[in-house]
Amino acid sequence: MNDRAQTYLPGTHPDLPPPPSMVGVYGWLRANLFSSPVNVILTLLAAYIIYLAFPPLIQWVFINADWQGDTREACRREGACWVFVKVWLRQFMYGRYPSTEIWRINTAYAILALGMIPMFIPRVRGKAWIAAFLLFGYPVVAYYLFYGSAFGQVVVETPLWGGLFLTLVIASVGIVGSLPIGIVLALGRRSRLPIIQSVSIAFIEIWRGVPLITVLFMASVMFPLFMPEGLTIDRLARALVGVMLFSAAYMAEVVRGGLQAIPKGQYEAAQALGLNYGKMMALIILPQALKLVIPGIVNTFIGLFKDTTLVLIIGLMDFLGTIQSAGTNPQWLGFAIEGYVFSALVFWVFCFGMSRYSQHLERKLRTTH
Amino acid sequence: MREGTMVEAGTKVSSAIRGSGDAMVRMDGVHKWYGQFHVLKDINLTVAKGERIVVCGPSGSGKSTMIRCINRLEEHQSGHIVVDGVELTNDLKRIEEVRREVGMVFQHFNLFPHLTVLENLALAPVWVRQTPRKEAEESAMKYLERVRIPEQAKKYPGQLSGGQQQRVAIARALCMNPKVMLFDEPTSALDPEMIKEVLDVMVELAHSGMTMLVVTHEMGFAKTVANRVIFMDRGEIIEENEPGEFFTHPRSERTKLFLSQILAH
Repeated sequence: MNDRAQTYLPGTHPDLPPPPSMVGVYGWLRANLFSSPVNVILTLLAAYIIYLAFPPLIQWVFINADWQGDTREACRREGACWVFVKVWLRQFMYGRYPSTEIWRINTAYAILALGMIPMFIPRVRGKAWIAAFLLFGYPVVAYYLFYGSAFGQVVVETPLWGGLFLTLVIASVGIVGSLPIGIVLALGRRSRLPIIQSVSIAFIEIWRGVPLITVLFMASVMFPLFMPEGLTIDRLARALVGVMLFSAAYMAEVVRGGLQAIPKGQYEAAQALGLNYGKMMALIILPQALKLVIPGIVNTFIGLFKDTTLVLIIGLMDFLGTIQSAGTNPQWLGFAIEGYVFSALVFWVFCFGMSRYSQHLERKLRTTH
Repeated sequence: MREGTMVEAGTKVSSAIRGSGDAMVRMDGVHKWYGQFHVLKDINLTVAKGERIVVCGPSGSGKSTMIRCINRLEEHQSGHIVVDGVELTNDLKRIEEVRREVGMVFQHFNLFPHLTVLENLALAPVWVRQTPRKEAEESAMKYLERVRIPEQAKKYPGQLSGGQQQRVAIARALCMNPKVMLFDEPTSALDPEMIKEVLDVMVELAHSGMTMLVVTHEMGFAKTVANRVIFMDRGEIIEENEPGEFFTHPRSERTKLFLSQILAH
C-alpha cells in the first residue's frame, strides 16, 4: 500500500523516519556544501584552491623533506630540513637548562600529567582534592624541582631556563594567577563601596591601557631603579608578575561581563535564604557567571599563552626565542622557516587543546536541554 | 503632621489584632521612596503568628515592595519593621538573622539553574544553618514529597515545568524552617494549567499553620485561605478586612472598582 495515501485516526499517527534527503552523507553534503547555487560555486572554488595549494605543501613538508642525519650536510633535498629541528630539539624544549638536570623538568611534567588524567575521568571521586593539590601543592613541588636546593639538588638559576619549558612556566603562572586576581578585580569594580570600586577601575584601566611590551620593559628596566640598593628580584619573577597582572586586568573585564548577565533574581533568592555576600558570590553567582564566560576566559588564556613570546625582548629565551637564536646560528643559517613552522605547530597544538577543553567543559556544565 | 497620622494609624491596627504580643511581623509607619517617587506611604501592618494575609491591588500599588521590605530585599527609609522580635536596621547581622527565618517565593521562581533540585534545597540549610549535608538532603527529600515531586530531585531546574519549578521554590524556602513565608505573585508567571498545582501546595501549607503573606490576584485562594485581605493602591493600604466582608461589602470606591475589574470575567 502507498504510505502517503494512508490516513490515520487522530492520535494514532506513528513517528515516521525523515526523508532520505535529510540524512546520511548525501543529506550532509546537500545541507552543508550544495544548498544553493552560490554555495555550489563557493564549494567548487574552495576545492580548486585546495587542489592548488595542498600538493606543494605536502611535497615540502613530507615528500621532499630531509628527516635523517645530524648535520646541515644531511639536508640536500628541496623540501623542509627537519634535521634542523631534530638537532636543536633539546634546546627548543629546555633552553640552556643543564642536560644532567633535565629529568627534574620531566618529573614535574609527569606529576602534572598524572594529576590531570583523573580529572578527565568522570568516575573518579575526590576530584576536589586533586584539583586543590594541582593548584596549591603542585606549584611548590614544581618550584623546588625546577629551581632546586630543597633536597640537595643543584640550583639551576632562572637565566638558564628556556625553551618550551620557560613558555609553559610563564603561561601557567599567568593563567593560574590571573583568574583569581581578575575575579577579585571584577567584584571590586561592581562593589558599592566607592574606594574599592575606584581602586579596581584604576587598576584595570591602567594595566589594560598599556601594551604588554611596555609592562615587560618596565618590569625589567625601570623596576630595579626604584628598588633599594642591594635588593634584587629575579628577572623572571618580575616578568611573571607583569604578565599575571596584565592578564588579570583583561580577565576582570571578561568576568564582569559574566556577572552582569546574572539576573537580579539570583541575588535576591540567595539573599532571601540568608546567604551572606561571600557565600552568595562563591556558591550562586560566580559559578554561573564563570560558566557563561568560559569562551572569553579561554580566549584570554590563549592570548596570554601566545603573548608570552614577548618576553624575548627582555632577554628571556622562551620557546620562540630559542628557535630564533638557533636559526641565526652560523652553522644552521637558512633553516629559520622550518623552525617557525615547528613553533607554529606546537603553539597551535596547545591553543587548540585549550579550545577543545573549554568546549568539553561547556558541554559538561550545561544544565538545560 | 506625619507623626500624628502615624500614631493614629498605629493604634488602629494594634487594636484590630488584639495586642501585639504574638506578632510575627510588625510594620509601623513605614515609608519608602525610589528617588522622588513615594512608593510606600505610612504602612502599618501587624501579622500575628499563624495568620494568613493576602495582599492585592493594581500593579504599581507597592504590594510587592511592601513584602520585600519584610526581608530587606528593599530598604525602607522611615518607620519600623520588626520581624519575630528583631528590628530591621542597617545592621547586616540582623538582616541575615531575619532572612534565615523568613522564606520567600518569587514570581519567576529564581531557582539556581546550575544546581540540581536537591542541591537547590539543601544549599541554604548546609551553608547558612550548618546542617550536615546528609541530614539536609534527607529533610529536602521530605519537603519534595510534600510538594509532590520527589522524583525530580536529581534534575536541573531548566528541565522542569514552571509549576514544578515553583513548587521546588516553595520547598526550598521551607527547608530553612521559616517562621513566615512571603509569596510575591507566585502564580503570575505560570501557564493556566499549572496554577492549580502550586495553589494546592500553598493551601496545604496554610492548613499546616504557617504564617503567610501572599501577594496574588488569585481571589479564589484569598477566599478559601486568607484570614485577612489587604487592598493597596498607590503605596497605601486602602482597606483590610476578613475575606467574606472584603469581597461582598468593600468599603472604599477604589476597592469596589478593583474588584469589579478582576472579578468581572
